[in-house]
Amino acid sequence: MAGIGPLSEEGLVRLLTYKGKRVKNARFEPYAEDITVDDLRSFWRNMMLTRAFDNEATSLQRQGELGLWVASLGQEAAQIGSASVLRGPDYVFPSYREHGVALMRGIDLPEILRTFRGHQHGAWDPAAHNFHLYTLVIGAHSLHAVGYAQAMDWDGLVGSGKPDADGAVICYFGDGATSQGDVNEALIFAAVNTAPVVFFVQNNQFAISESTTRQSKVPLAQRADGVGMENVRVDGNDVIAVHAVTRWAMEHARSGAGPVMIEALTYRMGAHTTSDDPTKYRTRADEDYWRERDPIARLEAYLTAIGELPEDFVESVAAECKEMGKRTREAVRSWPKPPKHLIFEHVYAEPHARVEAERTWFERYEATFADAEGAR
Amino acid sequence: MTATASAKGVASAKGVATSRGGASLEDHVEAPSTVRTLTLAGAINAGLRAAMDRDPKVVLMGEDIGALGGVFRVTEGLHKDFGERRVIDTPLAESGIVGTAIGMAMRGYRPVVEIQFDGFIFPAYDQITTSLAKLHYRSQGQITVPVVIRVPFAGGIGAIEHHSESPEALFAHTPGLRIVTPATPQDGFDMIQQAIASPDPVMFFEPKARYWDKGEVDTARVATQLDADAGASHGTAEMGRARIASPGSDVTLLAYGPTVRLALQSAAVAAKDGVSVEVIDLRSISPIDFDTVLASVKRTGRAIVVHEAPVAFGTGAEIAARIAELAFFHLEAPVLRVGGFHTPYPGSTHEHDYLPSLDRVLDAIDAVMAH
Repeated sequence: MAGIGPLSEEGLVRLLTYKGKRVKNARFEPYAEDITVDDLRSFWRNMMLTRAFDNEATSLQRQGELGLWVASLGQEAAQIGSASVLRGPDYVFPSYREHGVALMRGIDLPEILRTFRGHQHGAWDPAAHNFHLYTLVIGAHSLHAVGYAQAMDWDGLVGSGKPDADGAVICYFGDGATSQGDVNEALIFAAVNTAPVVFFVQNNQFAISESTTRQSKVPLAQRADGVGMENVRVDGNDVIAVHAVTRWAMEHARSGAGPVMIEALTYRMGAHTTSDDPTKYRTRADEDYWRERDPIARLEAYLTAIGELPEDFVESVAAECKEMGKRTREAVRSWPKPPKHLIFEHVYAEPHARVEAERTWFERYEATFADAEGAR
Repeated sequence: MTATASAKGVASAKGVATSRGGASLEDHVEAPSTVRTLTLAGAINAGLRAAMDRDPKVVLMGEDIGALGGVFRVTEGLHKDFGERRVIDTPLAESGIVGTAIGMAMRGYRPVVEIQFDGFIFPAYDQITTSLAKLHYRSQGQITVPVVIRVPFAGGIGAIEHHSESPEALFAHTPGLRIVTPATPQDGFDMIQQAIASPDPVMFFEPKARYWDKGEVDTARVATQLDADAGASHGTAEMGRARIASPGSDVTLLAYGPTVRLALQSAAVAAKDGVSVEVIDLRSISPIDFDTVLASVKRTGRAIVVHEAPVAFGTGAEIAARIAELAFFHLEAPVLRVGGFHTPYPGSTHEHDYLPSLDRVLDAIDAVMAH
């Protein structure tokens, strides 16, 4: 990879061309050759469901039902492909765009929108899904991932000799995050401690408006070279290649052989968030180029070519997607506004005099309005 | 990059502050005076432009401040007109932004950095508190670090977590930093230029909920003052002076940044009940202009501080303590504080229950008037 820039497609691990032709990769073929047609259909279905949910959330934001939405559009293969290899005690630290990973971890996707509707900061029980809360502070969670991984190791969950029982951590962040001090420290801590963690970088080519070329002169995966960490660059819009590469990396980490950094080159087909306007900083030609490399269309082309995308299956997934949209709409609109006293809940695990004093003041203050209304 | 090179940058930037810029941010131009109607965001944009025109050493740095013009469009058009050497899209790393600004300032540049949101300033906290704030002291005054850190802050816009915080007291508690916040377009225009002219590091907190409020801006005033200073007081004194936003005689209501408008609304409502409220816009939190504050409190005998930041250990605590120390025998009532609770900033559904409101300020006015 010497001498290439951070957006180069040169040398990416790829098992499916963008036109949907299956190609071989000597190193990673063993991690893909047992993928069944059912697996492929499952990838396709989960990518479709993620997109259906994502599109619905974008619509809901436009309708004023959500304060903000952070679309995953275009990154479905990177997310579904990588999450498809997780099992057992594996634990995920997402950033805030990993809705596809959330789906794979059994999160009921509409629940995510409680956060984006402003009802609560975290919308699920991380321990129930081995899926940490979304982190909006760029890259902060990468260090948490390393510490969690070290503790998994201490607890005998890594390299136990029983590969099916072992686990590792996978930590997602984007190209922008690789500039943060925290992320660079995470790479160092993971490397020197041989921590069982896989850093999965979705290089979607933009940190809001800034191209990855503003973050790096070289492919992001090379950051890992500097700390002596295994790393690989994969075509992030090729769900099969992402699955194969992540499977290898997670097995490596679970075995106790140490951390891995995966860079998945993909493209943020939508805006950074619904508050963003990409026309200010990128071209239609660029968007068109990547639309031709749409990850879902690519797998669809392959499945169609091998005659394994039957009409009835397509129809059933379409119905599921429609249902996902409907359920998402209905869920969001059905949530009552949470009670005001929630402001004071869970600030501390045990009562804190100041918070309790303010809660008492607030309750009395609120009661004065009730009295005033009652008096009318 | 040498001073000569940066001077070329200025030569290529045409015109003067009042002649152009931020057309989309500008409401309209009233010819022929130097008074324009601008939004707060537009006024800061115009102030940055004027400072860049005046001093070739002024450079802007931050995330998405270039082609995008910043997420709030405060730097819109500057990248196009001054080029990428003076309006720099940085890597996504707040510590890096502030840390490199310190180095540039040591060579005589005047970096104005943008931290995209209040809640994301903390990766830079180390650089700000341990280096930026202390270099002048540590070098016995030999090193000046005239860095300005612009921070869109405070809440009320329905944003997601980490986008509505008011961390000013954390920085005010750090000796070596000047902390200011404009509440009006005029102050946005003037104070950003005074901050840039100051030889000290300045944290410039911009009340993001007020970015689109419009007001008249006289663009000539600050230029006259800065020219007259000619490198002497650099506008620091003026920037640190509190402003009586509305005179009154019964209660002194102290506010800054996002709560000034609320304080004025409260004063207007209280006036209908026959209570005369003096609203003081502090403008500067470090230092606080206690001359103005104490003169007012000694007249009214009652003081209330209103800020969005949590009340506990906040700016209001410092103000109440100083009033107790220096004007105790003039007080008719305890000094009250209206502000955020000792909780993290809540989800946006609840932010208006968390933030100081008209009702809560009026409640406090009633309470001090009961004495």
